[in-house]
Amino acid sequence: MANTQQLNDLVIQVRRDILRMVHKVNSGHPGGSLGCTEFFVAMYNEIMELNEGFDMDGVGEDLFFLSNGHISPVYYSVLARRGYFPVEELNTFRLIDSRLQGHPTTHEGLPGVRIASGSLGQGMSVAIGAALAKKLNKDAHIVYSLHGDGELQEGQNWEAIMYAAGNKVDNLIATVDYNKKQIDGATDDVLPLGDLKSKFEAFGWDVLEITEGNSLPAILDGMKTAKERTGKGKPVCVLLHTEMGNGVDFMMHTHAWHGKAPNDEQLEVALTQNPETLGDY
Amino acid sequence: MKKYIDTGKKDTRSGFGAGLAELGRTNPDVVALCADLVGSLKMNTFIDENPDRFFQVGIAEANMMGIAAGLTVGGKIPFTGTFANFSTGRVYDQIRQSIAYSGKNVKICASHAGLTLGEDGATHQILEDIGLMKMLPGMVVINPCDYNQTKAATIAIAEHQGPVYLRFGRPGVANFTPEDQKFEIGKAILLNEGSDVTIVATGHLVWEALQAAEELENQGISAEVINIHTIKPLDDEAILRSVAKTGCVVTAEEHNYLGGLGESVSRVLVKNNPVPQEFVATNDTFGESGTPAQLMEKYGLNAAAIVKAAEKVVKRK
Repeated sequence: MANTQQLNDLVIQVRRDILRMVHKVNSGHPGGSLGCTEFFVAMYNEIMELNEGFDMDGVGEDLFFLSNGHISPVYYSVLARRGYFPVEELNTFRLIDSRLQGHPTTHEGLPGVRIASGSLGQGMSVAIGAALAKKLNKDAHIVYSLHGDGELQEGQNWEAIMYAAGNKVDNLIATVDYNKKQIDGATDDVLPLGDLKSKFEAFGWDVLEITEGNSLPAILDGMKTAKERTGKGKPVCVLLHTEMGNGVDFMMHTHAWHGKAPNDEQLEVALTQNPETLGDY
Repeated sequence: MKKYIDTGKKDTRSGFGAGLAELGRTNPDVVALCADLVGSLKMNTFIDENPDRFFQVGIAEANMMGIAAGLTVGGKIPFTGTFANFSTGRVYDQIRQSIAYSGKNVKICASHAGLTLGEDGATHQILEDIGLMKMLPGMVVINPCDYNQTKAATIAIAEHQGPVYLRFGRPGVANFTPEDQKFEIGKAILLNEGSDVTIVATGHLVWEALQAAEELENQGISAEVINIHTIKPLDDEAILRSVAKTGCVVTAEEHNYLGGLGESVSRVLVKNNPVPQEFVATNDTFGESGTPAQLMEKYGLNAAAIVKAAEKVVKRK
């Protein structure tokens, strides 16, 4: 278990990784990555029970599936800094012959990744399948998934949401990155999601909200509560209220940095706001 | 020519059901999923015997493909069951990303393929599925010809590590291959030796090819008949060995000529031994309602059509 200072340091270092990764290749998705940094750090360092090393079947440990694969920078950084692969490999993000593809994939054998994602709306179904396999294997561990809020516009999610409740998949915690923004603007302007909490509840889920989704203590507290609410006959949904671009002032309160890399000057400003803690890759 | 006996009309989907039932008894990792078509897919025996290993997902095929992909994480071997139309076109992106690109060990089992679905008409008669599936890197594509072979194929694909598309059909058709056959993925079966023309057939058209070969023999044309149950990986060697002898080929399939078996065979020929080829396939068209026999007649997918194609291709040599 890490202490608060260590987790805070890790959050800042992961932010630096994200910014430097997307800057180097002038592509990638910093906005959602920065918004979910605290969540990923909490999950991989405090919340999930993980085995040493990587095994695709993941028997005897918690599993995580990233459905909104475009926030690969935060995923890669946190996986690397958790020891799944060398941190230096972050240098190869989106480059030819890299295991760190633009969107995560099992295809190049990157440890930590169990499904390809990028084409949206598929991750909840996959997480349900993995949760069912855990039940068949009598493996009392939890399957976690993360989804963009805009991603819920994809219909497959609602097939999955209906299935999970109808079949009491109660070893599943699906978290929604509820930043209320997507590529073309506010979700309310592109296609309103309505009352997500009521919708999940109407489908039969147990829903809890983490209103401060960029606060480590709030995330730790909320996810521990979510964990306690598994095994009670209902799948659990966490609405994680985040700020896209969190930690870099000019990237916050806008959807503009969903899929845009900072230029040299912007990177310098962003890194100044997040001074090196654990060492750059 | 070699005689093949129809031991009685049986549907290939029942062969799938029988194979799945056997897997239920022999392989504890095999699980099955269905999108509200249990009866049509003949999955009842498996379900009755292994209720905890069956997942009814409802009319939600996209979710079914994703759940199947997830079940492999944990070592399960999922077999999905629905109509061919809903097993492919409807869920192409789910198969592409969550199964094929992710390299997941999912068996996509697709019934009611092609025109022989019959009266339900073109909305359900997919004639593009072989093309869709063979284009996916790493996907194995199998279209067995009768009940016995479908049962054997179903059992065999559980032993193959990686995604498989298994295509079969609705109507009762001649059951003529051995009951105890061992199914080898990617290995063509030479059904009849001949010297004038090679007929390469898949699925329901294999029996028709045998009937055509008999008719051709009466006309003095010696036809070699190859049952190419696996379209990908294709048994290039078997095809090339045969055409080296006959010098021409007819391909026969219950599928559009665009994207089907015929095109795969053409590629092998063009690269190695360009010889004349004729295509017995649908001609870039949708189907319609009718009985299977009427449809196969109207769209030129029966023994008579193969005979005509063979006569034509022999003259082109």
